[in-house]
Amino acid sequence: MEPLLEISSLRLSFETLGCVSEPVRDVSFSVPAHGRTALVGESGCGKSLTSLAVTRLPPTDRAAAGGEVRFSGRAARVSCRAGDAALAALRGRGVSYVFQNPSGALNPVMRIGRQIVEAMPPGVPRKEAAARAVSLLERTGLPDPARAARSYPCELSGGQCQRCALAMALAAEPDLLIADEPTTALDVTTQKTVLDLIDVLARETGMAVLLITHNLGLVAGRMDDVNVMYAGAIVESGPVEEVLSRPRHPYTRGLLDAVPALDAPRDAPLRDIPGTVPPPDRWPAGCAFHPRCARAQAVCSAGAPPPATPCGARRFSCFNPVPAEAADAV
Amino acid sequence: MLFEVEDAKVAYRAPGRPPFMAVRGVSFTLGEGETLGIVGESGSGKSTLAKALTLLMPFAGGSVKFRGREISAFTRAERAAYRRQVQMVFQDAAGSLNPRMSIRAALDETLRVHHPEMDRARRGARIAELLDRAGLASAVLDQYPRELSGGQCQRASFARALAVEPSVLVADEPVSALDVSVQARILNLLRDLRRNLGIAVILVAHDLAVVRNVCDRVAVMHRGVFEESGPAADVFDSPRSDYAKSLLAAVPDVKRALAARAAAQAPTA
Ligand SMILES: Nc1ncnc2c1ncn2[C@@H]1O[C@H](COP(=O)(O)OP(=O)(O)OP(=O)(O)O)[C@@H](O)[C@H]1O
Ligand code: SF4
Ligand SMILES: [Mg+2]
Repeated sequence: MEPLLEISSLRLSFETLGCVSEPVRDVSFSVPAHGRTALVGESGCGKSLTSLAVTRLPPTDRAAAGGEVRFSGRAARVSCRAGDAALAALRGRGVSYVFQNPSGALNPVMRIGRQIVEAMPPGVPRKEAAARAVSLLERTGLPDPARAARSYPCELSGGQCQRCALAMALAAEPDLLIADEPTTALDVTTQKTVLDLIDVLARETGMAVLLITHNLGLVAGRMDDVNVMYAGAIVESGPVEEVLSRPRHPYTRGLLDAVPALDAPRDAPLRDIPGTVPPPDRWPAGCAFHPRCARAQAVCSAGAPPPATPCGARRFSCFNPVPAEAADAV
Repeated sequence: MLFEVEDAKVAYRAPGRPPFMAVRGVSFTLGEGETLGIVGESGSGKSTLAKALTLLMPFAGGSVKFRGREISAFTRAERAAYRRQVQMVFQDAAGSLNPRMSIRAALDETLRVHHPEMDRARRGARIAELLDRAGLASAVLDQYPRELSGGQCQRASFARALAVEPSVLVADEPVSALDVSVQARILNLLRDLRRNLGIAVILVAHDLAVVRNVCDRVAVMHRGVFEESGPAADVFDSPRSDYAKSLLAAVPDVKRALAARAAAQAPTA
């Protein structure tokens, strides 16, 4: 079956003051219709830029884009080069976003209800629209949806605003919801409610979800497929069970080891990944992860590993992967 | 005992409105070098309690003793000494560092204020030691907060808090905005502080796994009170209150989720 979204060999580069950086170097992945796909990695790896490129959101005047984006939704089908103006048409007509900080998506001087109505597809009768806005708010689990519809964003808490932003994203009846760290600012209880809600609505409407997060626990619990991104490229991808229970790429292994587990021996030091993600104008040559990698060999700094070697449904890009037999030993 | 807290209350007051009791009566003790974790949902009063403990807000009732002395009865000199002894680190580390000061200047100023006896050379040596403690490379010294990553800013604010040689560190969500790998390093740092320097830590966090990893004791806060508190092992392994149970169930734990998936896929016998 044709995927809903297919991104191939996406690159994005920026030139500032004669200095060129390439925050996205080579990204290919797809999101199946009705699928739940995750994009994970540390901050600064290019996750958000990748997701914005789907609707050409990054400031494209000083940026150069390469690669292809194909989207085949119910109302809109596009197949073009990344950065093409045609992609902007997908925004609100097939693709909706929810961001970490809901206040960015909400207009501070407009009542919530009206903002939701404006996000609806054309052709919804006016009278019906207001009632539909309230019912969308109600489905997000807000205790008093009619009151929320009459409120301004500043009158609501962070978790409540995030529900309103979600109602607004859903009002457009998207084929794909891109959720970029939607719950990072929320506590675990609210986080669970918001994500449960996205799950339920996705199941009801058949909408696909692309979740961008650095929380591997969320990926393990809720997603079908995962793409692990490091320094502007996908380093490992595949079904969640496979990638997270038996990671083959040392970066995926490192991320998993750093998470404090509920059943780990108490007071045991956590294993971290040494160093930090370098800035995009200084991605290391060869395998970009080599300065931080415990499995690095001479070959790793000499040249780039072959992109994502297929292995069953899983792919990874590494000269010296975690051995398959040892991968699940924690 | 560092802290003996009995039925402490903290209120927000606004003109023309009844005071809002954000902390409605909590009790705990904290010994030298102990770590207490405070968990709970948003709005439960965790930060308000942390602010009151660091004198950023007054207590509105109850008894709070530090080394046996009631803090509401502190003399001016006692207050100043308390402010040195009890240091705070915030979630938004960048916002708590002066944007116009390099990291070196910020540390140097802190040392000058709290250790007027140190000369320049000794301050320089101490700054190098603090950086090392916080796991920062000396390259950050001449950088400004905006030039640092979130994790580096957070360590710089730890370095500054440690410069004062406190006996208690109150850390409010110090890792919730950070990547897992950076978070791991900060948590390891917190653990070392207690082990190697004997500093007591009060760690406020949403993430229960984080608290479980570093704290001896935990208090579960809900609507301004401690629903449950005790040794971390007891609270995490056999929570008694429904609220603590529901919080634990909401933690997105990788292993638990993978096990649940495997169970769901296994053919039912
Ligand atoms: N300046 C203020 N004026 C009035 N009420 C406030 C003020 N700051 C906080 N509150 C209220 O006090 C209660 C406790 O807030 P607090 O910030 O202590 O919660 P918290 O447990 O730290 O939450 P979070 O996990 O979101 O940081 C909340 O109901 C909040 O709305
Ligand atoms: S290619 Fe080499 S450096 Fe890169 S992840 Fe694999 S082992 Fe590590
Ligand atoms: Mg707080």
